[in-house]
Amino acid sequence: MKKEFQIISELIENNTRVLDVGCGDGILMKYLKDQKNVDTRGLEISKNKVQICVSKGLTVIEGNAEEDLKQFPKSSFNYAILSQTLQAFYNPEKVIDNLLNVADKAIITIPNFGFWKVRLDLLVKGTMPITKNLPDEWYNTPNLHMCTIKDFFNFCSKKKIKLYKSLALHGERTFEINNKNLNWKNFSSELGIFLIEK
Amino acid sequence: MINKENIKKIIIKKPLKLDCGETIVDYPLAYETYGILNEKKNNAILAFHALTGDQFASGINPITKKQGWWSYLVGPSKAIDTNKFFVICANVIGGCMGSFGPGNINPKTNKEFGTDFPVITINDMVNAQHNLLDFFKIDKLHSVIGGSMGGMQVLQFVANFPNKTKTAIPIACTASHSAQNIAFNELGRQSIMADANWKNGNYSYLNSTPDKGLAVARMAAHITYLSKKGLQEKFGRKLQEKDDLNFSFDADFQIESYLRYQGSIFVDRFDANSYLYITRAMDYFDLVKQYNGNLSKAFEKSKTKFFIISFTSDWLYPTAENKEIVIALNAAGVEVGFIEIISDKGHDSFLLDVPEFLKTIKNFLEANY
Repeated sequence: MKKEFQIISELIENNTRVLDVGCGDGILMKYLKDQKNVDTRGLEISKNKVQICVSKGLTVIEGNAEEDLKQFPKSSFNYAILSQTLQAFYNPEKVIDNLLNVADKAIITIPNFGFWKVRLDLLVKGTMPITKNLPDEWYNTPNLHMCTIKDFFNFCSKKKIKLYKSLALHGERTFEINNKNLNWKNFSSELGIFLIEK
Repeated sequence: MINKENIKKIIIKKPLKLDCGETIVDYPLAYETYGILNEKKNNAILAFHALTGDQFASGINPITKKQGWWSYLVGPSKAIDTNKFFVICANVIGGCMGSFGPGNINPKTNKEFGTDFPVITINDMVNAQHNLLDFFKIDKLHSVIGGSMGGMQVLQFVANFPNKTKTAIPIACTASHSAQNIAFNELGRQSIMADANWKNGNYSYLNSTPDKGLAVARMAAHITYLSKKGLQEKFGRKLQEKDDLNFSFDADFQIESYLRYQGSIFVDRFDANSYLYITRAMDYFDLVKQYNGNLSKAFEKSKTKFFIISFTSDWLYPTAENKEIVIALNAAGVEVGFIEIISDKGHDSFLLDVPEFLKTIKNFLEANY
């Protein structure tokens, strides 16, 4: 299991209810179900990946977070997970709003557009950045709303969303982000992982 | 008439109060089984048939001598693997394959019930079939499954018996029959009633049944089970065994010939009055209304794990209607999975060889066993 999922699973308490939005082939869901006795549900846009989840005995609904989150009653879950897909929505603000409605807390991870390699690509090459976490060309990327760790930090304070935990991931190493190191972590990290609450 | 004497049936002694107010007792329920019930009795699956189905889901139907309606799904190593599971399928009441229906003899008159048969509902069908659990001494089913009207029965079953099945698979169905579907059913009924042989339902079952009306009803319904794309690809404007138009009203086009054939073989195995009763039951089905406008209430007591399946080209029971069930289940906090299968075979997809569909059923049933 990739490092990002390890960190997410450490943020989730045992015996809780979790909605994994964009659950993919259910690797994280399966881990949470088997290792932490978590009652998991998934929402996934790809039919193929829904099939894979079904074969693993996971409960997944084929659907799109922008339309299908609304169907869950308020606070149906303890946590909602959104891994590296926030930037692909038409309206990320509304998705976050809906996440924090259906779940008490949300864990959101973002590929950091403030990462130095990304900045360097644009600065030196003058072309849209391509990295491990942003592998697509500008003309075929699903990403619509890229943001940086700092952007997300500012967004939470502006929207009065509580940031319980902010972690920066670079390679296999994780760091706590705080106000003092924010600029540096925004420069040196590939991925931001946030545990938030309304 | 076809000989239905060798069909397996149980006589239900427990009185059943129908939604229409009448009570029926000592009535026959015809069924068939596939596979073996294990010692723990936890491998049973109750399959519900659709409008024109019967209990012969798999293998060769002893009456029609054709493959069972769900032969693609039910059988050894198939999607519903009868090496693992014990599949029970019953003919619905109101039907014409051995269960209590309008073709049965009314003891008061010594003639067929005809339209003196009570109007039955999906709820009545499900309550009648629930007796099979007692008969087989099954405390809890592994699954209830069905497509179209079979899916409606799945929903009603869980609403009526919230914890009598571990899993439930409603396929290509709805919680509330739409105006469009009622309209198509009415077209079929009017076609039967317009046949001079129908005689208000009191026709002679032996020699003058309203076959023309029933055949037209089947033809019209058959179109609704397919998709425009599927029809176009299969038939297009191809002519039937001729090089040019005939300038007559013969079946010039292959599609005409196909529909006529479908109508003609249908009347050999189906009773016109049963068609009226069963379509009526579908039209009356409104689980939303049964629970005072809140579908979630139908499921809130249930621990059953659901999986709902729809098909892209099904315009009779479209994805949106299936998703409403998903939404209601989620609102009730019930565990539910959902997938829309890509198929251009229309509503009939649930009866056909659609690999992704078959795979989903197999994976869901086995991963939860």
